[in-house]
Parts: sequence; structure tokens; C-alpha cells
Amino acid sequence: TENTRGTHIICFSTLKGKLPVFTMDYSRIQIPFEFTLWVLLASFSKIGFHIYQKITIWIPESCLLIGIGLIVGGIMYSVKEEPPAVLSSDVFFLYMLPPIVLENGYFMPTRPFFENVGTVLWYAVVGTLWNSIGIGLSLFAICQFEVFDLQDINLQENLLFASIISTVDPVAALKVFDDVGVNEQIYIVIFGEGLFSDAVTVVLYNMFAFLADMPVIDSVDVFLGLARFFVVGIGGVLFGLLFGFMAAFTSRFTSRVREIEPLFVFMFSYLAYLVAELFAISSIMALITCAITMKYYVEENVSQRSCTTIRHVVKMLATISETLIFFFLGVVTITTVHEWNWAFILFTLLFAFLWRGFGILVLTQIINPFRTIQFNLKDQFGLAYGGLRGAICFALVFTLGNTINRRNLFVTASIAIIIFTVFIQGISIRPIVEYIKIRRTNKDLNTINVEIHTRTMEHLLCGIEDLCGQWGHYYWKDKFKKFNDRFLRRILLRDRKAESSIVSMYKKLELQNAIELLDTTMGDISAAPSLVSLQDEKKEASRPKKTFKATDIRKMHDILSKNMYRIRQRTTAFTSKYGLPDDSQTREILIRRHASIQRSLRAESFPCKFSHWLIICLPLVIPEVDRLRSSGVSPRSSSRSLIPMSKLNTIEERRSPVEASVFTGSNIRGRRAPVPAARRRSPNRVDEDEDEIVSEGQGEERHLPPRGWAPENRDLGTNEAGNSLLRPSSLRSQRSWRI
Amino acid sequence: MGSSRSSLRRVPDGQQLLQETGFSAAVLLRLHQRFQFLDKDSRGHLRSEDLEAELSENPMGDRIVGAFFQPGQETVDFPSFVRVLAHFRPTEKNRTRGGEQPEPANSRNRKLKFAFQLYDRDRDGKISRTELLQQVLREMLGLQVTEEQLQSIAERAIQEADLDRDHAICFDEFRKSLEKVNIDHKMSVRFLE
Repeated sequence: TENTRGTHIICFSTLKGKLPVFTMDYSRIQIPFEFTLWVLLASFSKIGFHIYQKITIWIPESCLLIGIGLIVGGIMYSVKEEPPAVLSSDVFFLYMLPPIVLENGYFMPTRPFFENVGTVLWYAVVGTLWNSIGIGLSLFAICQFEVFDLQDINLQENLLFASIISTVDPVAALKVFDDVGVNEQIYIVIFGEGLFSDAVTVVLYNMFAFLADMPVIDSVDVFLGLARFFVVGIGGVLFGLLFGFMAAFTSRFTSRVREIEPLFVFMFSYLAYLVAELFAISSIMALITCAITMKYYVEENVSQRSCTTIRHVVKMLATISETLIFFFLGVVTITTVHEWNWAFILFTLLFAFLWRGFGILVLTQIINPFRTIQFNLKDQFGLAYGGLRGAICFALVFTLGNTINRRNLFVTASIAIIIFTVFIQGISIRPIVEYIKIRRTNKDLNTINVEIHTRTMEHLLCGIEDLCGQWGHYYWKDKFKKFNDRFLRRILLRDRKAESSIVSMYKKLELQNAIELLDTTMGDISAAPSLVSLQDEKKEASRPKKTFKATDIRKMHDILSKNMYRIRQRTTAFTSKYGLPDDSQTREILIRRHASIQRSLRAESFPCKFSHWLIICLPLVIPEVDRLRSSGVSPRSSSRSLIPMSKLNTIEERRSPVEASVFTGSNIRGRRAPVPAARRRSPNRVDEDEDEIVSEGQGEERHLPPRGWAPENRDLGTNEAGNSLLRPSSLRSQRSWRI
Repeated sequence: MGSSRSSLRRVPDGQQLLQETGFSAAVLLRLHQRFQFLDKDSRGHLRSEDLEAELSENPMGDRIVGAFFQPGQETVDFPSFVRVLAHFRPTEKNRTRGGEQPEPANSRNRKLKFAFQLYDRDRDGKISRTELLQQVLREMLGLQVTEEQLQSIAERAIQEADLDRDHAICFDEFRKSLEKVNIDHKMSVRFLE
């Protein structure tokens, strides 16, 4: 049959001229199909590594991926297949690099970055220049020796090659640093250096490539090169800002089209990249700037789901890209044409190390006096050793034109360096970092106290700087913040309330607590976890004001722990004030959870009755709380009418003053994981206690009929302000209700 | 060196201040010039209005100004001015301390004490809830938060740090809550080195 599309239509029909029953057209789907297969293959190997967790701790993933790539490359070589030209210039720079850069920019820790921006740029820009020129000149000197057979490589080509291999790609090093938890300063310097040295290298590469073609170089050209450098860098930043603001502004109006909100992030950042490429300015800088600018405003404007989607997709794309790149590095290593020259390659390795180490030393000496936290020798070693080479180096060397007559040698040398640094340095960096004990970071700074005091100190320092008449670091920070609040936020954000970091930290911690408590109690209701940690039990014991029997205290803990209303208060507080999913939905979920838990409990036991009672009371609580919150009543005064809970009179009087503190204590200490304590309590013990309560409760107990699930039970709701478990007491005036 | 030493004579108690605060002569001179600039009527001392003029926009402005004045005093002379600013000198790395040397003004402890006294205006050694709540937090957070939220935040802050359960933060608790923070970094002004 006549085919107009591909050449591989196979017709299984035996009847000529009739409708083919089964056809196959490979060429039509070839490209997407092969792409999908490669991605799947690389991803399967990634799954494979993580099955055995220990491997990835000691051997960085990039090594493993290159290894698998080498194997696949070997297979392909033996069947004489050519791998797809993935690492050729356009595919790499237009499709594979942007996701990685976007991820780096989007997840960049902005505060440490801006505090150290000078240092980062210093190391990235000056360091890369230093490395390029140093390595280039040294290699040129080596090339002069006749014995190495390298004399046909001239200075420009050496410099070109040197600029290619001086870019760092510290992916593996960063993962190790992150795992080990080295101090923030080194982390951000290496992170930033990786980002910006790419940009610098691309500029240098283009410059040297251009110069390599020219027969003669004037000093004018050097100055032009320098000018171009600034144009490229600053132009990139400006484009990035432009697109970042456009994206932020757009996200202000997307409240009715939530499904496509993530799209804008990706499209605008990609647009920034492409437009920068159009004008041959640093697309990497543009993309990073766009991502940083955009993130802050977009994340405030979009819905929670969109935010999660964006983050997730960014990470996914970046991971795919990175996986593919390292994988293909392995493949292409086998299948490409090599030229091996011992001298060149060994000296390249040697000079790469030497110049980097030397460079870090010198640069640190110069920049240290300008820093408040200075780099000691261990830090410097970490910085120098973390300078792995990677994908960009590889892609750039492949784009060398064929006018360079020793191109294959360059390719081989680059691959050798990459493989050496990734394998040797990548594997050894972890034990070395741990052994020399680089300063670690303080990860546990998530307390409201630290946040408050840090803010206070910032204001203080700002004031002191004002008094001294100096425009220091804090002055600029303050100025920017004011500008941000007055202009940028108004224009770019939908909801313009400025929020201090103290408030955000507070909300975040409260939310964490609520989720923790919700999780533990919901998951473990039959085991009646005590949400009050042992700390609080001791605390109660130390109070001289009231003495309670130990059994009473345990009972209190049990009843309190089963008091879902506390958690519901918290979560309803959040639903009404802080914009989480709306109330009816969460209530519905809780109700369903209760019902299912209830079904799993035995019919006659007290916990069942208890949970009945709770379930009954819950929906009553919620409107109460809502009403209170909307009327703005202060929590303290409202507690009296708040919870129509227990009728267990005999226990109330003794209990009420304490439970508030136990209660609030647990709310706070909730952060310090009462969960382990909770889960340790055995169900049996709880049952005993509850039975005691039952016996003490006397007549009251009959007020809790084992009704079924009856949400509209209003009787329980209206009365007994006095019978409330949470009767207000004098203590309340001191401790506020944890709503 | 010689010129600065001669101009150092113009500074009252110059040599003694150099020793006490650890500032270099150049910094001391600059501070003296600044003092004279702030002292618009050339009275030789500063009043709170002079200082407040500089800190009008700072939410903690009046507290910072208050920290310069000794309790009961209304004026600040140059040595007191410098002694307060000495707290903000970056700490040196290789300081050898003999046993009899008094603790330098810019040690971590003294810096923390200064910050603590910003909160503790009535100097009773504790940051009580009202001090923290109504004054500092309200100043910093302005109108962003409601009264309830403010109380919750203050409550949470106190409960996080309050180890001896007295509903207030004493200096030791304050110090402990900040033990992982690099105080030297956060409370030093490079200009004063």
C-alpha cells in the first residue's frame, strides 16, 4: 500500500489492496518514544539505587548514574548504535539545563544568600576567572614542551579549554553538605558558586571561542570582553527581574483560574531564559533572578495546592534533567571518539586542583576581613574540595567547533576530569567532611523566641547604625523592606497585609502542633494517648497549690487527651482565621474518622461510650468556637460557656484549675513530641482508669447514654456552664486559652 | 598615628576610654565626631531628644535611646555614649583573658545582657508577659495582629523559654533560648571594629 508518512509501515494483511488489519508505524512515534524510554530507564536505575538505602549515602547518585550510563553505553557501542544527540548544544541548553537552574533558583535559601551575596559573587566570578586564566596559562606552558606533542594548541584554545573545565557543578557536594549539615555559610557559597560560575563560564566560553577564531588579539578586545561581561551579567539580572515581576503580577489575578496557576511560573521563567538567550545575555542569571523574584510574591498569591504543585513539578523536572544528564554522560563516554594524551590529561587534573585550592586560599584571605563570620581553614578546605565538575562542562566541550583541531583531546580530557572529580571527590567528600569536623549548622532554630529576639536585635542594630551615622548591612535591609512593603507588595499581591516573620513563625508552629495533636489522637484513640507529656505531669506535681491523687491526674490526662474539642478549636481557629480548607469539610472528615474508629471499638467498654460522647459533643463545639471567634471574644472570658462537656461532677472541682495548665502546657510542649510518650501508654491501663472514672461518676455517668451517632443533640450543648470541664479559674487569668 | 593621638587629647578621658572599651583610636575619634554632630547645641552632653531624632522610624527607637541613659539620669555624656556602643564591637577571635581582667564590654554575655535589658525596662531581672507582650511585640508587629494573636504569641514565647515555670523569662532562660544563635554575628556593627 502506498504510504505517505513513514517508511516502516508493515502490513500484515495478506490481501493486497485491502484494509490492513494490523499496522505498525515506528518512525512516527520514534522521537517521543525513545525519549520516554530513556527517561524511564534512567528513572528505573534511580529507583534501583534507593532500594538499598546505604549505597546512596556513601556513593553519590551522580556516580551511580554515570556508572549505569557507562554500562548502557557499552551495550550500545557493542551493537554499534549511536546514542541520541542529547548532549549536543541546543537540546542541552534549551531543554535540559533550564529545569535544573529553575530548581536551584526557586529553592535557593534567600536570606543567607543575600546576606552573603558579596562573598558568593566574589568566589563565583573572580574565582572562575582566576581558575580559567590560571589553568589556561599553565597548560599553555606545558604545551610548549615538545615531548608532550601538544604544541599545536595555542593560547586561545588553552584558555578556552580552561574556561570550560573551571565551572563547578557541586550537586553531589551539596547533597553531602546538606546531609552532614555543614554551616550555612559554606553551603550557600558553594551553592551560589555553582549557579553563577555557570553563567560566568558561558560568557568566558563565548568570549574565548570568538577570540580563538581570531588570528590576532588586541588589548581592545580584552576590554570589550570585560564590558561584555558586565552587560551580560547585569542584563541577565534585569531581564529576570522583569519577568519575575510580570509573573508575580499575573498571579494576582488568577484566583478564579486556580488550575493553571502553576503554568505561569513555568512559562514566565522559561520565557525569561529564552529571551535572554535571544539577546545572548546570561540566561542562567535571568532565570535565577526570575525565580527568586517570582517565588516570594507568587507563593503568597496562589492557593496552597498550586503552591505544592509548583514546588513538586519544579523538583520533578529538575530531577529528570539531572538524571538524564549524568546518565548520558556515562553513555557518551563510551560511544564517543577519544584521543588520549597522558600528559595533557594528567596536567589538567593537577592544575585544576592546584589552582582551585590556591584560588580559594587567596580569595578567602582577601574577602575574610569583610565578613563577620570568617572562613577558617577547614571551611576553605571544604570549599575547595567541594568544587566538583559536571554537566555544563561536558555540554560546553561538545559544542566546540571542529575548527579546534584537538577537539577530541579536549573532549577526552573533560570527561576524564568530570569522572575523576565526581567519583573520587564525590565519594570521599563525605568521610572527609565528617572527619575534619567542619562547623555544623544550627538547624534547630525554629522557635518563636529566636525569631522574636532576632527581629529585636535587627531593629536594635539598625538603630545603632543610625546613631553611628553609618549605612551598614541592616540599613539597606531595612530600606529594602520598607520599599517592599510600600510599593511592591501593594502592586503584586492580592492580599496586601504585610506579615512579620514573627507572625508567620508563630502560625507555622501552631499549625505543626495542631497537626501533631490531630494525628496522634486521631490515630490512636483506642489507646488513649496522653497528650500531656511526662514533663507536665511533673510540673503539676511540683505545684504546691493543690494536691491531687496520682490516679486523678491520670484520669485527667485521659479525659483531656480524648477531648477532641481542643484540637478542633485549634483547627477551627485555623480554618476561620488562616485560610485552610473550610470548616465543614474538616468537620466532616473528623466525623467520619470518629465513626470508623468507633466501629472498631468494643460495644460495652467505656472508651466506646466516651467516644460516643465526644462525637456527640464535637459538632456542638465547633459552632461555639466559630461564634466566639467571629465575635472576637477574648478566649479567656468565653471559656465558661464554651464547652458543654463532662457531667462528671465529682472530678470537676478538683480538676479544673489544673487542667488548664496541663492543657496549655501540653499545647506548648506538643511541639516537643509528646507523641512518643503518648504512644507508650497501653490501652489496658487506660481502660482501668476509665472504669474508675465510671465508678466515681455515679449518677452522672448515666447522662452519657451510649447513643449512636447523633449529631443534633442539642441538650448537651446549652446548659452547665458550671459543669464544664474547662471551668474558668483563677489560673485562667494567667494562662490564656490555647485557641 | 601621631596626629590621631594628638586629636585624641580633645576627647575627654580618651586614653581611659580606649582601654576600657577596646576601640581603636580611629574609631573613638569618629565616635567623638559623631557625638559632636548629634550634640547640636554643643552642650557637651546629649539629651534623649537628640537621640530620638535619629531613631524616629525604628520601632524600638525609644527603648534603644532608653538604654543609653542610666536610671535617673537625663543626659548622656561622651564616655557613657561610648561605653554603650562598646557592646557592639565585634568580638576578637584570639582574645587571651587573664583571670583578673574584667569581662570586656563586647563579650557574648554582655551583648546578651544588653539585649535583655531592652526588654526588661523596669530592671527587675525578668521579662514578664506584659513587658514582652504589650511593649515589644506590639511595637514590632504594629497593627498586623489582633490582640488575641499577640497574647498567644507572647504566651507561646514565654512557655517555650520559661524553664522554671514562673511565667517570666529571666536572663538565664533568655540566654539558653539563644544558645544556638551566633550572637556575635547578630549584635556587632562592623563600623566599630
